[in-house]
Amino acid sequence: MNTQILSLVFKRLLVAIVTLLIVSFAVFFATEMLPGDVAEILLGQAATPEAVAGLRTAMHLNDPAILRFIRWLYGLATGDLGISYANNMPISHLIGGRFVNSLKLAAVTALFSVPIALTLGITAAMLRGSLYDRIVTTITIAVISVPEFMVATSAVLIFAVYLKWLPALSFANEVHSFGELLRVFAMPVITLSFVISAQMIRMTRAAVVETLNTPYVEMALLKGASRRRMVLKHALPNALGPIVNAIALSLSYLLGGVIIVETIFNYPGIAKLMVDAVATRDLPLIQTCAMIFCLAYLFLITLADIIAILSNPRLR
Amino acid sequence: MAHFALSPRRFGYRFNVVGMIGFAIILFWALIAIFGPFLTPYPIGEIVDFDYFGAMSSKFWMGTDYLGRDMFSRILMGARYTVGISLAAVMISCVTGVVLGMSAAVIGGWFDTALSRFLDALNSIPSKLFGLVVVAAIGSSIPVLIFTLAVIYTPGCYRFARALAVNINTMDFVTVARARGERIGYLICSEIFPNIVGPVLADFGLRFVFIVLLLSGLSFLGLGVQPPNADWGALVRENIGGLPFGAPAVMFPSLAIASLTISVNLLIDNLPQKIRDRSVV
Repeated sequence: MNTQILSLVFKRLLVAIVTLLIVSFAVFFATEMLPGDVAEILLGQAATPEAVAGLRTAMHLNDPAILRFIRWLYGLATGDLGISYANNMPISHLIGGRFVNSLKLAAVTALFSVPIALTLGITAAMLRGSLYDRIVTTITIAVISVPEFMVATSAVLIFAVYLKWLPALSFANEVHSFGELLRVFAMPVITLSFVISAQMIRMTRAAVVETLNTPYVEMALLKGASRRRMVLKHALPNALGPIVNAIALSLSYLLGGVIIVETIFNYPGIAKLMVDAVATRDLPLIQTCAMIFCLAYLFLITLADIIAILSNPRLR
Repeated sequence: MAHFALSPRRFGYRFNVVGMIGFAIILFWALIAIFGPFLTPYPIGEIVDFDYFGAMSSKFWMGTDYLGRDMFSRILMGARYTVGISLAAVMISCVTGVVLGMSAAVIGGWFDTALSRFLDALNSIPSKLFGLVVVAAIGSSIPVLIFTLAVIYTPGCYRFARALAVNINTMDFVTVARARGERIGYLICSEIFPNIVGPVLADFGLRFVFIVLLLSGLSFLGLGVQPPNADWGALVRENIGGLPFGAPAVMFPSLAIASLTISVNLLIDNLPQKIRDRSVV
């Protein structure tokens, strides 16, 4: 019985690794196959053909693409991320602190949104069909079907313009006190929490509703268990797997949201770094940031699948 | 005649009120996208007000933008970009995805495995990131945008269509058609497709919403439609400086996007059961 779970998990990990290879292939070739020559772009229009040829050899641009891909992949795996075109700094230097900043933002958001979303999702499923459920469902659908920047601008309008609790768009990069920290984080966290919670509430509600429709819950109802006991003792333990799965999946929406939120609030994170790199067409930096995002995304969806496998009682 | 042996089918669909409202708003924006340029009260690119981020007034229904251009005219014109680009992209991605999905289900074997694995891998790149990388590499123009959006959403369409087609593929009438020696093309067009068309259309609508959201997001980041043209996402970006004053120039483009996406969702949620669940019957 345990070997079956192990082999399923192992298979899933293998799929993840193959996917990662295909993804890195796609990222590399999307950025390498651009029209125009990197050496010419770097040296500008006044460059002599000799200088361009020299730089091409120095950067190994004359090698076949597949060889460069393998070298790039090897560099990524060993931590040699290359050098930024825009300011000649090693990419690992540029990324280090920014990455920590983004992780902080994600962690604080998760800390806020997970408990709120779970409570709302589970209670909405318990009171299915009631006014409360309909309000929660309508709001989540509304939040899901508007762009993230609209959630952000609405948050600014409400909290900064009308209520005047928080500063609108200006953020200090240096944080000296706890109060300032709170102010820097408040807006991005509120926005991201809304986006993530909406997804999470929807998925949690669906998972619990599905469990409440099973025969054993009906059995509990028929034997006269209270609603509370039915949900907490019978349904929830079985819905736990799908719920954790839903959490991991909705956290992957953080990655899309974080790009918009860091840009709009000027938050010094890795997504802002990447958007800036796109503006300067700094390809090595874009490649690395893209790989970090893909890795995080892949990690979350693989984790969700593995939790789904582990929590399936039929495999135990 | 064999027709009469089947249960009688009523023609015409009954929509409920919410679905009708959704449909009306979609129709409204579609008409604006087509006829918008004839309705604009002021020239699109011209500065008509000395005040920037002007408030709503009887002269400028939705205020003026950061240069003093009429917002109402710009939103009417933006509808053409948002709706047009999204519609083109969703057409391409759905046609490709559905054709590939049905082929994979009917042909099966290594073709199915390889295609599914490859498209699943594409699906595990976050969509916004995919857009960022491609636009960074190739640069932004409307054909590139349409193509990129189409590629991003093809795997989802493929998955959806394949799952439906696999179910149909095991049914008796398909087995009979196979036994008759029908070609793969016939199986796809005449046996599978008519049975999945309803859910595929509903999926088409949802996919359209995703594409509108992604396009707006990219435009908001400055990677979508390039100035002097502007879709609704780009309009928000241009006028984001007016946010601290609560300028109408920031709110109306967002509201336009929201009205479009929410009404598509409403319409899909309230589609008659007959269209949505044809596969079940």
